[in-house]
Amino acid sequence: MVRVETFANIAEAAGAMNQETRFLAGGTLVMEAVNYGSQRFNRIVRTRDPAMKSISLDSSRIVIGAGVTMADILRNPELSFLAPAARAVGGPAIRNMATVGGNLFAPNPYGDFATALLALDADVRFTDGSETPIESFFSNRHSSRGLVAAVIVNRRPDIELRFKKVSRVKPKGIAVMSIAVALNRQVGRLSNTRIAFGAMGPTALRAKAAEAALESATLDAAGVASALNRTMEGLAPQDDPIASAWYRASVAPVHLRRLLLGEESFR
Amino acid sequence: MSSIEFRKDLFSDERDDNLKEIGQPTQRQDILGHVTGRSPYYDDHLFDGLLHMRCVRSEHHNARIRSIDTSAAERMAGVKRIITAADVPHNINTLLALINFGKDDEALLQGERVSYKGEAIVAVVAETDRQARDAVAAVRIDYEVLPHVLDPEEALAPDAPVVNNAYPNNTFDYHELYDHQKLRFGDVEKGFAQADQIVEGKYQLSPIEQAPIETCGAIAAPETNDRYVCYTSTQALFFSLGTTAKLLDIPSSRLHFIGGTVGGGFGGKVDSLHEPLAVLGSVLTGAPVKFMWDRAEEMQVGAPRGAERWYIKDGVMNDGRIVARQFTGYFDAGAYTRLSSYAIIKATGHLPGPYTIPNVASNVFCVYTNRTPATAMRGFGITAVDFSIECHMDKVAESVGMNPIELRILNAYRDGDIKAHRRFAKNTALVECCQVAAQKAAWPISANMAAQTSLSGGGRTEIPETVTDQVGRIGERRRSPVPREPGAGAQSKGRVAAGTASQAINAAPPQDDDMIIEASRIGHKISEHPQQTAPHQPPVPPQPPGYAPPLVPPAPSHTLAQPAASRPPVPQPPAPPTPPVPPAPSAGAASQPYKPDSPFQRGVKRPGVSSFISGTRRR
Amino acid sequence: MTKTPVRFTLNGSEAAVFVQPGANLLDVLRRDLGDLSPKYGCGQGACGACTVLIDGEPHVSCLTLAETVEDRRVDTVNGMQNGPDLDALQQAFMDGFAAQCGYCTPGMLMAAKSLLSANPRPSRDEVIEAISGNICRCTGYEAIVDAILIASGQATRRVG
Repeated sequence: MVRVETFANIAEAAGAMNQETRFLAGGTLVMEAVNYGSQRFNRIVRTRDPAMKSISLDSSRIVIGAGVTMADILRNPELSFLAPAARAVGGPAIRNMATVGGNLFAPNPYGDFATALLALDADVRFTDGSETPIESFFSNRHSSRGLVAAVIVNRRPDIELRFKKVSRVKPKGIAVMSIAVALNRQVGRLSNTRIAFGAMGPTALRAKAAEAALESATLDAAGVASALNRTMEGLAPQDDPIASAWYRASVAPVHLRRLLLGEESFR
Repeated sequence: MSSIEFRKDLFSDERDDNLKEIGQPTQRQDILGHVTGRSPYYDDHLFDGLLHMRCVRSEHHNARIRSIDTSAAERMAGVKRIITAADVPHNINTLLALINFGKDDEALLQGERVSYKGEAIVAVVAETDRQARDAVAAVRIDYEVLPHVLDPEEALAPDAPVVNNAYPNNTFDYHELYDHQKLRFGDVEKGFAQADQIVEGKYQLSPIEQAPIETCGAIAAPETNDRYVCYTSTQALFFSLGTTAKLLDIPSSRLHFIGGTVGGGFGGKVDSLHEPLAVLGSVLTGAPVKFMWDRAEEMQVGAPRGAERWYIKDGVMNDGRIVARQFTGYFDAGAYTRLSSYAIIKATGHLPGPYTIPNVASNVFCVYTNRTPATAMRGFGITAVDFSIECHMDKVAESVGMNPIELRILNAYRDGDIKAHRRFAKNTALVECCQVAAQKAAWPISANMAAQTSLSGGGRTEIPETVTDQVGRIGERRRSPVPREPGAGAQSKGRVAAGTASQAINAAPPQDDDMIIEASRIGHKISEHPQQTAPHQPPVPPQPPGYAPPLVPPAPSHTLAQPAASRPPVPQPPAPPTPPVPPAPSAGAASQPYKPDSPFQRGVKRPGVSSFISGTRRR
Repeated sequence: MTKTPVRFTLNGSEAAVFVQPGANLLDVLRRDLGDLSPKYGCGQGACGACTVLIDGEPHVSCLTLAETVEDRRVDTVNGMQNGPDLDALQQAFMDGFAAQCGYCTPGMLMAAKSLLSANPRPSRDEVIEAISGNICRCTGYEAIVDAILIASGQATRRVG
């Protein structure tokens, strides 16, 4: 049996959370668990707080409320750089429901949008105001206790975000993998590149060896070659009904090359 | 956009082309209901006080059940009834028992031992779906986990764990003789000896879930006339009715089954698991009960198209003629028979594919493993072996350095050719298919091949002298390893003279007089011989293709060898539209056909309604 | 168990219902309000058979907590007809054989309705995107896409 408690604001909702609760925003994760009779929680906490759905932008940072949906992202011209990742989530109905905050908790192989946030070095803000880099948020996700209020992305006009979702069914399919690359080119040479893979481990993961191999490299076939060889270092793909770990490991460098070199149109 | 091209130039003299419907746009008769959301699927019937059923399922591939503790679940809010194996009146069945094919091997609810992950052990009936799920989670089952086997070839090893108690050799028993289905036509060893090349291949197909969007299920409710109404997703209403009557030991006249509007089936809704449980729940609670799989059950427990593995060995001449083809096939039935035994009959009837090959042999095994039972799906029995054969044809083409389409045209069966199951090929069109495919794909073929036709060139009509063996008798493999390939390990081989149809195996007699088929009552021609339509003298029952029945009537070989320029008369009854008639009644009293004690007495003239029904729709 | 009152607009009429805690909108529409047009296919948002419009936007009702539609507008295929007249989409689906078993059809129609409301003359790719969350296991997608384009007035029915 499950109870539903609705709170006026996010702080009260956070105060009601414990081991036996789940916070419901879009419902795409929590309601599935309810429908299938999950015995892991017996209370649903939700709030009508409009702050959850706010998007605020200043000159340096973009604060996206945890309750902002993928459809909200797609409608906002200021967030067009995130549109390819938002569009990769589900079909139109799911995008009207699925939220930025929920995507942080989507189990492998889901969480395409969060993969893009990882490549952007986003921060996760909890309801108590504390902030955590998204990478450490992921590494502690299984034991995360706070309620996520927002994610924060730095405005970096010098960075180009490229995103690609590899799936067997198009246009909507579960990820074989998703790849997000944040490129920063200084006089033709790459610097501080971020490469994030979704569905290649228990959470979205960065390919740090490949990132390092791209330092000061040129963005051409010769320049990315050593990075491609090191793509899999630090990744931990798993077998699932969509693809085997072997297949994922085999094709990851291919898809990374295509994304880096712009060998196909990506969206 | 899709469009259909009618090739009316082909076989134009065999067809009346003044067709009013075929080739013309039309509307489905049920389409208005579909587009208005009013088509009545089984879950679209509302009942007051509807209860919900969910199952406790095995967590292991193979385990003995030491104990089942439902005490906590029984006390939970909303729980109306906990159902276990002891509550099922006749808790053993096999789907094709209704046509007397195979032994009862599967319980509706397992009480002692489970043989696949997801097998149902306990059913809980509660006021809401959530309450039923919570109670399921509270049932405690103590398992003694047993070794399991998940691969069909491993399951044939003498020391493999026993999967199915009714078939302790892990194989279905064919004709009460062999642990596999044999096909022998000619002498493959001689063919291999005369061949220029031997080409071998191994092919396999994973299980495929039908995945209908509407999950399998049924709603049952008491009616006012001492019957139970059951709305069901079944694709096989009378299988479901008969199976329910048997498992619940209740006259079928007390069961009012309503189906026909199915939200996708594709073969996955023939296994009749839901109706018996829903009706049993209704009997035990006196209330309407719904048993509906969720998507996870549909994928894990829903019987898929089974896995198959095929080994093919061809003897090929350098000019591309295939002179011998041998198969060793394994069907992974999963833990219980369902329809796999029948799939193998279909597969064997299809061998060696649409090609005329003078020497053919196959051994096909229906193997039990600790996987989800397999069942029907779109062309099952044919799909995987056709995939294998066509892959192999490409391999043969490569081996002999030949255009793969020309290889197919060269070996294609033509009208009048005798097939390995000893019937004539007729209305063949593979040659034309290959020619059109080559043309569409701009794949060049020679003028000679482009000029071939299915109408001529046939007439490879002699049934050759056929080598037989008796390897692989039931139980033999349990004692020691036995070769699996046709003919291998045979100490003594038999020979059936050329022109002889085959060894006669008598079909099971009809169980009741009223089951005798009267030729005049069925819609298609079953015989050209009037003596077979004599009253109460059943015509030869429809035989499964490939089951190697005797020719009817036994034809002297000179009629088989007539010139093939014209289509030869084909003296067989057409392939039956129904599953196979069994080879022989199973031994033992336990497998006697089900007969209710007092059938057709209640409710026949008293149509009733459920007192719980609140209309199919409330506004 | 404590039930929660919920009021919303269903196909233009007021609906008021007490829902079980944790109930999803699909069950409430079907069991409590008797609108059987949305279908259960998965309970996890994967198939789209339960798609309804909430304030004009498509949602999977199986993952929608029923009480979140308080004061909102819900539309289903049940309200698609205009009196005796079928919606252009319904007519195009009928004429174009765009349903086989029919189980995915209500969800498809809702996804298509939402598309044509926002974008009356969509491209073929936009149609495909709009129904990408709806699975047709009879795999009649081509006919469905054609029917939606025909309903938008951009294509005519292919004969033969």
